Amino acid sequence: MSDTVAFVVNGEPRSLEVEGRTLLVHALRDGLGLTGAHIGCDTSQCGTCTVLMDGRAVKSCTVLAHQADGRELTTIEGLASDGELHALQRAFVEHHGLQCGFCTPGIILTAADLLARNASPSDDEIRHALRGNLCRCTGYQGIVESIRAAGAAA
Amino acid sequence: MIPAPTRYARASDIVHALELLGEDDAKAIAGGQSLIPVMKLRIARPSVVVDISRLDLRGIEPRDGVLHIGPLTTWAELADLAQPGLEAIAECARGIGDVQVRNLGTIGGSVVHADPASDMPAVLLALGATLHLRSREGERAVSIGDVFVGPFMTELEAQELVVDIIVPVPPAGSGSAYASVEHPASGFALAGAAALVGPEGESVAITGVGATPFALPTGDPREAIGEAEIFGDRFAPEEYRRELAAVVAERALATARERAAPKR
Repeated sequence: MSDTVAFVVNGEPRSLEVEGRTLLVHALRDGLGLTGAHIGCDTSQCGTCTVLMDGRAVKSCTVLAHQADGRELTTIEGLASDGELHALQRAFVEHHGLQCGFCTPGIILTAADLLARNASPSDDEIRHALRGNLCRCTGYQGIVESIRAAGAAA
Repeated sequence: MIPAPTRYARASDIVHALELLGEDDAKAIAGGQSLIPVMKLRIARPSVVVDISRLDLRGIEPRDGVLHIGPLTTWAELADLAQPGLEAIAECARGIGDVQVRNLGTIGGSVVHADPASDMPAVLLALGATLHLRSREGERAVSIGDVFVGPFMTELEAQELVVDIIVPVPPAGSGSAYASVEHPASGFALAGAAALVGPEGESVAITGVGATPFALPTGDPREAIGEAEIFGDRFAPEEYRRELAAVVAERALATARERAAPKR
């Protein structure tokens, strides 16, 4: 059984057919081809599937596609505008905020949520905000520095 | 992991939600941060998920000496609460899960999920909260002390919804606190304690150490915890958990007393 859900993704209205049980991450990846939301743990621990829903970071593996109906979503694909990288993306390049890059989309979107509410977070606040994101390259120091730099640049 | 097939229905108001919940094996979903993980593990296989997240049951309002907390209020919203005497609520909310969970997870959903390691039940117990429940038969009030009957088991009927969480605002000169020691990987409390200190006395409640959270009798918390039924597991054997419970109880009490002390 499927129904239509409609949301605005990265500024564009999109709609697709989903089942009642369809998770948002699957709707984005398989339905809309937005594979920037990664599937890591699939158990709500790793945060690599993080997207913004109405501006707030959520784990898209733990949201039903139906729950996002009518909402505004931002995935990593929607962060750069007119070919210009977002301040966070630039900072991650400049401050070695990624190694393998698998966790990066989720970490950048979680950081976007943090910086939207607190433009100059302390390192403790950055680390607290990253509690739900795992980096298995253990590059946390570079990640914290990147987020701090992006906050200062904004 | 993909949940078992289910239907989705969005409730337009409370009456509609109660009607949709009339179906066998229906489950209400709010933030989904407890329900979706257990659906993915297929521990929960609801025939229909009734989305109550857009109902008008959200927000925090002080009125007539009590605080009304809408059950759909998220942890992120509770983390910003600045109510003298009720510091434990925001302190506890800030430590729950992670940013993503706090953005969606709701206090009502968490309470009725009744995870024995859940943090906020200890706070609600120490503060003497009351839940207002609504079913098709009507509305009733249940003291938080009567809500938890076992791990993941509550006093609620299957087709009953929490519609209000009422917390008495303590008199001036009161302070409260929440302290816990978490499992470093899962973040769940190995032991958590909430304390309220004020002119009317002191109350302490413990979570994470037994089948349900519980309030301590008045008197020395360490003595009361010594007599409580505590469970152990491979992460924290019984004896260690009992000691942790006493430590977090003392920490919460010390902070609550400091907050209650008149400022000079």
